Amino acid sequence: MISQKTILEWLEQVPDPEVPVLSVVDLGIIREIHINTPDQVEVIITPTYSGCPAMHMIAMNIKGELMARGIASVSVKETLSPAWTTDWMSETGKAKLKAYGIAPPQYRIDKDPGTIGAIVPCPQCGSKHTTCISEFGSTACKALFRCQDCLEPFDYFKCH
Amino acid sequence: MSNTQSLPAYLLQLADDNFVHGHRLGEWCGHAPELEVDMAITNIALDLIGASRSLYQYVADIEGNGQTEDSYPYLRQEREFRNLLLVELPKGDFADLMARCLFFDIYQYHYYKGLTRSHDERLAAIATKTLKEISYHRRFSSEWVVRLGDGTSESHQRMQDAIHRWWDYTPELFKASSVDQDAFHAGFGIDVPALKPLWEQEIAQVLQEATLSYPLRAEGAWFQQGGREGLHTEHMGYILADVQYLQRAYPGASW
Repeated sequence: MISQKTILEWLEQVPDPEVPVLSVVDLGIIREIHINTPDQVEVIITPTYSGCPAMHMIAMNIKGELMARGIASVSVKETLSPAWTTDWMSETGKAKLKAYGIAPPQYRIDKDPGTIGAIVPCPQCGSKHTTCISEFGSTACKALFRCQDCLEPFDYFKCH
Repeated sequence: MSNTQSLPAYLLQLADDNFVHGHRLGEWCGHAPELEVDMAITNIALDLIGASRSLYQYVADIEGNGQTEDSYPYLRQEREFRNLLLVELPKGDFADLMARCLFFDIYQYHYYKGLTRSHDERLAAIATKTLKEISYHRRFSSEWVVRLGDGTSESHQRMQDAIHRWWDYTPELFKASSVDQDAFHAGFGIDVPALKPLWEQEIAQVLQEATLSYPLRAEGAWFQQGGREGLHTEHMGYILADVQYLQRAYPGASW
């Protein structure tokens, strides 16, 4: 009998289409896994941002991965509650983001909901002298920053 | 009116506001004063369209009968849309956009904050999620109003003109429609007129920092309204012509 743990391990092979170093498990969007029968699995996911255009592709990729592993019937459903937060991003996920060149979320929302002006270190050179150019970056989840020391621009995965 | 009838009507007001405003913001794609602003505006549009999708989908789930989230934006007639007039107004310049966004974003922030306490679980969930995104929108529009107001003499003048030009469209935000009243009494909607003092206080703060003034309104003065009753400005027809053209020309088209 397949276990939830196994399914979760398989889902670590499903990348976020926009930030492929992260898996859907790293992102924290897998909310529930229901194994109804050995042939029938239901995965409940939650969107990061309301308008996230990648959710459809993510759902398709989850189905594809599990069916390729031999599960005959896979259904993927979305839930909006509780609302997704970067607090659910795994520590390995944050490390992968930094290695990829995207600054990971700098604080936990549940510990510090008021801080907008957190210092974001440059993922390239590590400097703390960085400025926010825009809170809206290449995707809904990212903001655009510039490092004042190495002068490189970089994306910041916003705390949400 | 029973709960089951008034909930879809209430959801459609909210969905239409988000959808039409998102559409208008999308018109700025490629036309904003700078690249980062272009990206910001389209990001905000995406948030709004995403929120409208969640709301339209909820209506479709309630009404059943083969309705999908697409049935409402693409197949309703003009008089069935129940958005505020403020969001359907035409493009104008960047100051016009920021004035209307300022008015709308502060309104939405307080509105959705109230909606997180809705007795309807799914609506409260949609509101909780959307509120996080609205916080960014509110910051964006208020920061730009301050930059433009407390900017050059030209930016100050344009921003001041825009505030005055659209001011008469704001009282509609705080007028409870019959759908609003039913929703509030049923426990899933908020007290719309109660938003007014919260909104006014915040608007006054932003405009003061921006060195801008706003018109004084006499109690009971005439204002632009009709959106919640489906009575739109002449601009709504052009929006629907854009949005619905493909479905009307090729009924049932999908890909």
